[in-house]
Amino acid sequence: MTAVSYQSVAYLIATLLFILALAGLSRQKTAKRGNYLGITGMAIALAATIFIALLGAEQPALVAGLMAAAIVVGGAFGVWKARHVQMTEMPQLVALLHCFVGLAAVLVGFNSFLMQPGGYFEGQTNIYHLGEVGLAIFIGGVTFTGSIVANLKLSAKISGKPLLLPGRNFLNLMMLLAYVVLIALFGMTTGVEAGLPYLIAITAVSLVLGAHLVLAIGGGDMPVVVSMLNSYSGWAAAMAGFTLGNDLLIVTGALVGSSGAYLSYIMCKGMNRSFTSVILGGFGDTPAKSDASKAQDLGEHTEVTTDEVATMLKNAKSVVIAPGYGMAVAQAQFPVADLTKRLQKAGVDVKFAIHPVAGRMPGHMNVLLAEAKVPYDSVYEMDEVNDDFGSVDVVLVIGANDTVNPSAETEPDSPIAGMPVLRVWEAGKVIVFKRSMGNAGYSGVQNPLFFNDNTDMLLGDAKASVDAIVKAL
Amino acid sequence: MLVGIPKEATGQALVSAAPDGVGRLVKLGYDVCLESGAGVLSSYNDYAYDNDEVGASIVDRETAWGADIVLHLDMPSDEELDLMKEGAVLVCRMNPFANPDVADKLAARKITGLAMDAIPRLSRAQSMDVRSSMMNIGGYRAVIEAANAFGRTFGGQVTAAGKSRPARVYVIGVGVAGLAAIAQAGSMGAEVYATDVRAEVADQVESLGATFVEIPVKQESADGYAKPLTEEEQQQVLQVYADQAAKSDIVITTAAVPGRKAPLLLTEEAVAGMRPGSVVVDMGASELGGNCACSKPDETVMTENGVKVLGPTRLASRMPRQSSQLYGQNIANLFKLATPEKDGVLVLNQEDPIIRGITVALDGQVTWPPPAVSVSAAPKKEEKPAEPKSEPSLIEDPSRDARTLRGLLWKALLGVIAVALVVAAPAEMTQHFFVFVLACVIGFYVITNVTHTLHTPLMSVTNAISGIIIVGALLQVAATGDIVVLVMAVIAIAIAAINIFGGFLVTHRMLKMFERSSE
Repeated sequence: MTAVSYQSVAYLIATLLFILALAGLSRQKTAKRGNYLGITGMAIALAATIFIALLGAEQPALVAGLMAAAIVVGGAFGVWKARHVQMTEMPQLVALLHCFVGLAAVLVGFNSFLMQPGGYFEGQTNIYHLGEVGLAIFIGGVTFTGSIVANLKLSAKISGKPLLLPGRNFLNLMMLLAYVVLIALFGMTTGVEAGLPYLIAITAVSLVLGAHLVLAIGGGDMPVVVSMLNSYSGWAAAMAGFTLGNDLLIVTGALVGSSGAYLSYIMCKGMNRSFTSVILGGFGDTPAKSDASKAQDLGEHTEVTTDEVATMLKNAKSVVIAPGYGMAVAQAQFPVADLTKRLQKAGVDVKFAIHPVAGRMPGHMNVLLAEAKVPYDSVYEMDEVNDDFGSVDVVLVIGANDTVNPSAETEPDSPIAGMPVLRVWEAGKVIVFKRSMGNAGYSGVQNPLFFNDNTDMLLGDAKASVDAIVKAL
Repeated sequence: MLVGIPKEATGQALVSAAPDGVGRLVKLGYDVCLESGAGVLSSYNDYAYDNDEVGASIVDRETAWGADIVLHLDMPSDEELDLMKEGAVLVCRMNPFANPDVADKLAARKITGLAMDAIPRLSRAQSMDVRSSMMNIGGYRAVIEAANAFGRTFGGQVTAAGKSRPARVYVIGVGVAGLAAIAQAGSMGAEVYATDVRAEVADQVESLGATFVEIPVKQESADGYAKPLTEEEQQQVLQVYADQAAKSDIVITTAAVPGRKAPLLLTEEAVAGMRPGSVVVDMGASELGGNCACSKPDETVMTENGVKVLGPTRLASRMPRQSSQLYGQNIANLFKLATPEKDGVLVLNQEDPIIRGITVALDGQVTWPPPAVSVSAAPKKEEKPAEPKSEPSLIEDPSRDARTLRGLLWKALLGVIAVALVVAAPAEMTQHFFVFVLACVIGFYVITNVTHTLHTPLMSVTNAISGIIIVGALLQVAATGDIVVLVMAVIAIAIAAINIFGGFLVTHRMLKMFERSSE
């Protein structure tokens, strides 16, 4: 067997291991094994690649040194980041990691152009090669700046509010058109000098487009954005694979790309919105007409004290906790877990109800609850518990708003109409933990739940409130 | 403030608050006193109130009536009003819709009157609505009374001696009482049918396992109660009622309109068309005339064709212990609203539509009728004592078809472009396309089974895997002699390495947490 066929075998094994890794991640029991399989696959792929690369290199020692240095530096940084990240900061970290893939794809794309510029291949192959390079760089660029903006938004370094430039959809369209024109021109160039300006222009367009796209999307749509960028980073890798003619890259990129796309689809379904409406951003600027004109009298809310809540919980048979982004902000997951444990010890049936878009990335709430050691078998998806709220005594809504808003079901002209929501109001008693009555949810829609008879508000910092309840118990 | 609970006049078995309601009043800061023996007919003896847990005191008749606030069931007699002091507050059912002069009477005596039966139908006022509470019990009891008068079982039976079919129960008017009656009759094994002029209650009827019988006339109501129909409509619907009654063993009519003569639902002919042994329970029976032409209040009339027509007027009073408890809870809920400081001081905020709606007289002034309250919630929502599931409203989008078509067109266009690209591609490329498309499909299927709890770890692991881009950079480092390419490739390796190491490690960290949390 030749070295290349060894490489093919290695790549094949790596590919299979990656598929098994993703499959393993689908269940708790096999998830850890899945991760190990992924690591093994990556190690095999790297070893084979490095081996082949060194075989063909003119100065193997120098190249090996460079590779090792780069991997060690990057790897050390990655390890450090992964060790020190707070679980509440996971969305930011994931967004940051996306941006690295994007940047790497841009760099690899440039290299692949510099090494094989227009005219390196002939005829059709040449055009296709340049087209792939342009596409890889474009997707990489969009992923890069988009992820940076997402990271900044998620870490609250810039405002989470959507930035709505006038005619932004037109702008996006123009950028896309410009890109198509540029890539057509680029495809006809020969040599580095002729092609480089076009490629730089393509890169610039993609960078601006990526930033602009994500800037226009509001904080509450972040779960979609994060998984969408995840998908993009996969496509970027796949495109790089096309430019290099490397099947391993193509397969792996496509795996990541389609999985991210599917996650985005789940998130969109959770909000009852189309993918395009999320991508085009600017949520709330068109359908808001019903808000101001229909400032209906919702009545007054009632408040409770932590002692009263403690008594209620003690007397309850079944309790459901519906957490939202507010729980992550207040870092309340640990006291919540403590509360859960105490109640369960006292014989109360405690469940968690997780809305698909609760938090800022897919599965965000689950990670936080796992961090606080809440057994995952008491954590339920919306569809699993939504029909059972009628038999629940007390529901604790911790930092969630839109995901428990009844007007999604009752008011057809509400901006969130049709979005599936947790029907907490069917429970005997609903306690809403909220910082203050002033701010509406992300969608800007007032929540009639807060004014229901069977709803009591517990205003204040969620963490402090839960701590006080635990103490009162 | 001192709250007095006097004994009701003869004939009223209820007491205006059971111990649990009184306990809540005490917690709100009120002193509560009870006329000795007031709760006896509702099976609450004096000690049930006069203990540490509840905290009321037992007093004589004069003291109870002389309190700052007097809780009562119905409008007291003049002698009883004479016992009340000026400036006191009277809380009871006054039926101000039918007798607006109660307001004058109270105003003249400088008594503030709160009419419990005038609670506006707002969703937050639901917990104070004594009409709903009493109707709910009434609906239940109407079925029990019917069963008592009915010479057969409700549920069908197959015995050694032969089989009997289940009773057919027909409920006219699906308000709170009607729904309670449907639920009760159904749980006793009867086949239940129901009709209401408001077609929107059909869902609620069906949610209780009964069958909704439609009538040709539709009627909307603005305040949550059904209103009487016009003459012409009446004739149309009466025939429906008569037809259904003829098929049924039990007919329960629940159409009592507050303050007015109840609408006639079953004519004499309709009753004459019923089978011998059938039972009619007319919950609207009164001296003015009930829902059934043959009914007499509080009497059982046996018609010529052997149909028993019952006209019970105070069904809730036949279950005094529970009715008193609910009535007292309604009052306690009202007091919770009207005692914002929980200091035992009643604050009648006239800005609040609930308080305003029930205040018939205030400080010697007549304040009845109140300004109209717009009912914000749909009346349909408010009349659900049982547990009809609220159906998620399907929002129909007329442009959906057009959009689907456009989506299809887009997909077709993309498909054509993809095919064109593949066909035009050089031979060695097609193999890559092949691999690419297959990988997309595999990726999709592998992911569809992922449990929602693992979405975040899944994303971080795919993140790590997409660090595979490092392969490209590694090959480039080795193959190039160009310093620019070399530098860029090294940078690419470094950042892709961040992804690989960071992604796998953070996934590992998360999965470890999940594992621990399951132990």
